[in-house]
Amino acid sequence: MAEKLLVNPIDCEGHGVCAELLPEVVTLDEWGFPIVDPRPLPPSLERHARAAVSACPTLALRLLRE
Amino acid sequence: MEGTADAVTELPRLLPPRDGKQGDGKPDRPSDGGRSHDFRSHALRYGMLTYRDRPGDLIGEAEAAGLTGRGGAAFPVHRKLRAVLDAAGKRRRTPVVIANGAESEPASDKDATLLWLSPHLVLDGLQLAAEAVGADTAILYVHANRAHDVGGRLIEAIAQRQAARVDRVPVQLATAPARFLSGQETALLNHLSGGPVTPTFTPPRITERGLNNAPTLVQNVETLAHLALIARKGPRWFRSVGTAEEPGSMLATIRRTDGQPRISEVPLGIPLKDLTGDLRQDGAVLIGGYHGTWITGAQALELTLDNDSLARAEARVGAGIVIVLPADRCGVVETARAVRYLALESAGQCGPCLNGLPRIAAALAEIAGGRARPQAVGDVERWAGLVSGRGACHHPDGTVRFVRSALRTFATEVDWHKRGRCSAANTRPFLPVPQDTARSENDWI
Amino acid sequence: MLINVSGINSHTVLWYASRATGVVSLLLLTAVMLLGLLVTRQGRLPGLPRFAVTGLHRNLSLLSVAFVAVHVVSAVADGYVKIPLTAAVIPLASSYERLWLGLGAVSLDLMLAAAVTSLLRRHLSRRVWRAVHLTAYLSWPVAWVHSVFAGSDLRHGPLFLLAIACAVVVLGATAWRVVAASGDVPRAERVGLLMTAVHARDKSRNRERTLAK
Repeated sequence: MAEKLLVNPIDCEGHGVCAELLPEVVTLDEWGFPIVDPRPLPPSLERHARAAVSACPTLALRLLRE
Repeated sequence: MEGTADAVTELPRLLPPRDGKQGDGKPDRPSDGGRSHDFRSHALRYGMLTYRDRPGDLIGEAEAAGLTGRGGAAFPVHRKLRAVLDAAGKRRRTPVVIANGAESEPASDKDATLLWLSPHLVLDGLQLAAEAVGADTAILYVHANRAHDVGGRLIEAIAQRQAARVDRVPVQLATAPARFLSGQETALLNHLSGGPVTPTFTPPRITERGLNNAPTLVQNVETLAHLALIARKGPRWFRSVGTAEEPGSMLATIRRTDGQPRISEVPLGIPLKDLTGDLRQDGAVLIGGYHGTWITGAQALELTLDNDSLARAEARVGAGIVIVLPADRCGVVETARAVRYLALESAGQCGPCLNGLPRIAAALAEIAGGRARPQAVGDVERWAGLVSGRGACHHPDGTVRFVRSALRTFATEVDWHKRGRCSAANTRPFLPVPQDTARSENDWI
Repeated sequence: MLINVSGINSHTVLWYASRATGVVSLLLLTAVMLLGLLVTRQGRLPGLPRFAVTGLHRNLSLLSVAFVAVHVVSAVADGYVKIPLTAAVIPLASSYERLWLGLGAVSLDLMLAAAVTSLLRRHLSRRVWRAVHLTAYLSWPVAWVHSVFAGSDLRHGPLFLLAIACAVVVLGATAWRVVAASGDVPRAERVGLLMTAVHARDKSRNRERTLAK
């Protein structure tokens, strides 16, 4: 069951915590906003993805089941 | 009702004929002296609206006709109707139908013209769509600042229908604020729910959860007008013009080198050169408006007005806007002016769009002014890549498409500008770009 | 009120435990407030990654709850003064130090609400979560008053200075947060401002270039 990471760009304020906790999937653009790899998450990263989702101060990150 | 496949597939279908010429309506001077919104004239020309009395019946006809949305996205109408009907059944909620007449694209005038000249077709379509999905609420959403007092005429038209007991679902009129995003589906719903006309982040889709959490159908007014005629004359009639993959007719807003907008109902697949008049190989044509694509004159001479053909130039039909750039104007300068407007019309909610569009606009202004730094074009390309697909709506994506097509089509002109020169003899603005842009929260309500 | 120190027995230990954990709780809660303020302003702790600020804020707040729990339970378990357990969450339920303990209960109630809503954040609307979380601005001062006036530990000696320091630091940080936020641009004005900024910057840059020539 593949999962994908999704950012709500309206709620996102560019705190950047997600990029620190999941650098394999999230990088920050030149303005501090996340660029999320759109491919399905490798299972080994799912735990870290969940940590990133719950660490986001504005809860802008979401894990979508595909 | 099986339609007769008329051997005579004459246009116009949606607009009243004018002086014997085909569907040529100029929005500023309606030809009919103000009578076409009269319900009796409508009934005389098109016959009475016949309800199906079975929700879902019309969906099959829409599918057979191959009707797609005329608001720009060209989404198959039957699929949207079915999605709303299914959501209504699954969630046991009564749906809402909304006729989108916001026409927030400044270069487009076809919806305003349609609402002025044939409001009853739109209102018929709205009733039929409501019946098809089982809705009990119908809203007609229009841009009030457009040509003439269309709001007043629509109120009269709705009142006539109520008096004649034609409408089964009462129709409410709602006004769209004068923002570029006011026709965007989620922004529209946000506004109707009492908020600002700014987009919201979907999932879930509005066909599942829309206005007041009810399954909501949003359809462009022209699409509804076509639906009203398909219901009377059948899918085969609808398909008697257009192409096999993209059937039917559409209203096009055409501006030739004189800058005057003309609304023409044309069959999909019509050669662009039939619309543009004289076209130079080295000229340029804008297809689809400010979220559309600049193509060269050479391309325009080869292509037809349908997505299949336009794909070869990376363009799409969109809302049917075709603008010919006059030889004495500069495409780079015009594009920069339009992009400045697009940047100012960003909702400012999403980091990439908020940061990227103003920077792209400033760089284009530099390039247009012949004072760009050497890395300006590279910057624009980098920002374009950063901005596309990363907002809650497609405003950044459309703007980027427009910008990239300008850099492509006007590559030679850009080179000239890098050396501080411009080929334009005329500096008067050509593309219609509104002066009023949003300054505060009040402008979004 | 002070017990004969030379005789160490169970209720003395519990009483001291309650006072000690009370002081530590105040310190922890002060840190939690500061970290929370830092998170809203996207501030950083020098040398630490961003997730340290958010992570410390969350972990220290959970730790504070634990310390407050021990503080409450040990005070109740200590038999010298009768404090019903309910007084932990129901203000004015204790006859001993009725007002000051009551304030402690108020603060604990708010603290628990903030913690629980944060743990259940994903299931709550943004507005509800935020409204409850904002009560922290009330919860902390109430906790401070409880700390200083229920018992006299924080009114003498080094602990007094500590209490004042905590108050100054939280007040200062809150003032900073309010002032910084007043400079925030409302959504509808952001784009206009940015447009002016980038256009002005480009104009001045171009002017510099021609002068340099």
